[in-house]
Amino acid sequence: MSTAALAVEPAVSTPLLELRGISKEFPGVKALDDVSFAVFPGEVHMLLGENGAGKSSLMKVLCGAYRADAGEFYYKGEPVAINSAADAQKLGIAVIFQEFSLVPHLDIAQNIFLGREPKGRIPGTIDRSKILADARRVLGMIGFEIDPSTVVDKLGVAQQQMVEIAKAISQNARILVMDEPTAALSDRETELLFALIARLKADGVSIVYISHRMAEVFALGDRITVLRDGRRIDGVRPADVTPDQLVRMMVGRNVDMTYPRNFADKPGEVLLEVKGLSASTGISDINIEVRRGEIVGLCGLVGSGRSEVARAIFGADPVTSGEIVFDGKTISGEPDLAARRGIALIPESRKSEGLALLRSVGDNLVVSALRKLFPSGLFDQRRAQRTADGLIRQLRIATPGARQTVGLLSGGNQQKVVIGKWLAAGSKLFIFDEPTRGIDIGAKAEIFALIDRLVAEGAAALMISSEQVEICHVCDRAYVMREGRIAGHLARNELTEENIVRLGMHHA
Amino acid sequence: MTDISKEAVAPPRSFLSQDAIQLFYRLLAALLICAVLAVLSDSFLSLGNILNVLRQASLTFFIASGLTLVVLTAGLDLSVGANVALSACIAGTVIHKTGSPALGILTGLACGGIVGLLNGIMVTALRIPSFIATYGMLWVLNGLTYWYMAGETLHGFPAGFRQIGSGYLFGLPIPVYLLLVFLGIGTLFAQRTIWGQEIYAIGANPVAARLSGIPVARRLLLVYAVSGTMAGLASIIFLSRLNSAEADIGESLTLPAIAAVLIGGTSLFGGVGTVFGTFIGALILTLVLNGMNLLSVSANWQPLVTGIIVILAVWLDVKTRRRAQ
Repeated sequence: MSTAALAVEPAVSTPLLELRGISKEFPGVKALDDVSFAVFPGEVHMLLGENGAGKSSLMKVLCGAYRADAGEFYYKGEPVAINSAADAQKLGIAVIFQEFSLVPHLDIAQNIFLGREPKGRIPGTIDRSKILADARRVLGMIGFEIDPSTVVDKLGVAQQQMVEIAKAISQNARILVMDEPTAALSDRETELLFALIARLKADGVSIVYISHRMAEVFALGDRITVLRDGRRIDGVRPADVTPDQLVRMMVGRNVDMTYPRNFADKPGEVLLEVKGLSASTGISDINIEVRRGEIVGLCGLVGSGRSEVARAIFGADPVTSGEIVFDGKTISGEPDLAARRGIALIPESRKSEGLALLRSVGDNLVVSALRKLFPSGLFDQRRAQRTADGLIRQLRIATPGARQTVGLLSGGNQQKVVIGKWLAAGSKLFIFDEPTRGIDIGAKAEIFALIDRLVAEGAAALMISSEQVEICHVCDRAYVMREGRIAGHLARNELTEENIVRLGMHHA
Repeated sequence: MTDISKEAVAPPRSFLSQDAIQLFYRLLAALLICAVLAVLSDSFLSLGNILNVLRQASLTFFIASGLTLVVLTAGLDLSVGANVALSACIAGTVIHKTGSPALGILTGLACGGIVGLLNGIMVTALRIPSFIATYGMLWVLNGLTYWYMAGETLHGFPAGFRQIGSGYLFGLPIPVYLLLVFLGIGTLFAQRTIWGQEIYAIGANPVAARLSGIPVARRLLLVYAVSGTMAGLASIIFLSRLNSAEADIGESLTLPAIAAVLIGGTSLFGGVGTVFGTFIGALILTLVLNGMNLLSVSANWQPLVTGIIVILAVWLDVKTRRRAQ
């Protein structure tokens, strides 16, 4: 394995940080198995692998959150130990997690220097002018122009990420580990982030970058390390591989990235008709039609009102005007009414909106079907268990059993549980809001195969996605949103990434 | 496609078995306290004393059982004690004025239920955090009761009515029968109905529960109404047992009820706990106080001991659950 690593080492011979033979075991699971990994100064090192491949574990070993069971660390060639977060920080390793660790009610400067505030003249006070000046200097270093006294609460995701990076830089971080940093960013914000990464690279900062997006891997990466089942599969340069080869390394077999669909020749009857819908959340005059057997895309930039449309149809946000006709009847009211009529919402954030993370897989699978499974109102644990077991088999949810806590499953399997609860409820219209966010490629294909099967059996799907490729591959047709309104409709033969982008762009 | 699903997963565990373990520990603790008291005090194991413990535990349990459902939804009802006082005073007045215990009982239950419903409306329609809504309600109810009673004491009720709190049937106090009945109903409701399941789901994640099609607001209304009605029931038992009612009888009831819920293993964060646990919590609380009385320990120490038990019980829960995670 070490020979493969040598083959792609850059000209600088001594890595900034090198890990050799790292292993980490949990009861019943070998999270990391003899993984070697080197980061050179000023490089972007892409870390690839499906969920559960060991990326998170490796990241946690790097930042001192986990202690490796075996293996050695070398910093600039010298043996070192990383046993705690403090050790990692001393070596200049900083991690930008997907869930930010900022304090929402404090301002940017306070967040950057949290716990390291410059002391004022009176003991116990903070030197306000110095903290602001220091913050301005750090923000200037990463080219982020903003008033450091802005409260973090008021910032968008992209700006909060900038603050996290500024915080890391202020701690003299030389190795920045970023976990799917673009997952919640718009295209424009992603560009800004890439520009910042280039700037950090030029300053000699190394970046370990975890991603599920193939385009990023090739756009940014100097080197790529692929993990699978806790093992390091290979280390390659982007120039030497194709996306298909990388996917094969990740999943250990060929995966068709085109998500084949059985497009119906003629769609069924109209299931959902939205007429002139407006809601207090900023969407107005929305007209949408979804027929049985169709997967209809809902695209547009992040913030264009896609999720708001989904929530308004489901009754989660109050509608101010317009009409929703479902299965021939005008509907209104709370989500429980929509759910009972056969509408399912698979929300964008499955952890906070889709699942009760501390409850079991089984509890989560039957929660929407209680009324249907137990019309008498009496709950029967064995019947619930049987239903859950059936769904686990049908959806191939990887869990030791229905009693497993759902929060312990991987992202893809959690998403299957969210979908599963609506299968149990017998829903007819499935509204998917970013169904593949944070899910690895193999599980994505499974989710799409599942959606295809659902509509083939007479259901209908409305799918929101920021992945235009996915919309183009999977949808029968799509609506594109812009600034809270439907900007246009694309039929199957017009459905291209260019058309989606063209319709979704802001025209100044 | 099957091998995609081969992902690292930890060994199976569930809250069901975890709940069972927590209950087992609690039963063990209750038995341990019994054993210690049996050794230290000759009179502890007498039938009279044991029945007395059960009867005292029953009053705490009635209030705490309804409260358990509220806490399962990650809410809190601080108005239960004040609710008992108002309901008892109104029920007592009705019995005095009409001479009909049945009418009095219905009034007491209705008064408790209406107060609970008002709590529910504040929490759902007005979106006031339950802690604050019911804390405000506590003061409102106290104010109403003091104004209504104007320092008077209601005293002397029909013998038949007094049987509810102090009578015996086949050698067991009637409140003990009621305790068993409501323990059964409470457990069945929480574990064996879809409403119970929905309450657990709401407590575990209210946003996900709403987006899963659970009528969250209606269930919360129900839960607060049940909590209030159980306070109404407790007021009847109280009235019938003491044969009198004053405005201040509720003041010493709320905190022990919360203690019983917490000692019983119901999490203030919602979604975790059982009605049976609350019963054992009420039992442990009563046993300790009873033991202190038998051993002639000054009553001044009782709050201190209660506090220590609550902290200990919750700490052990947190510790064992964290290890299970």
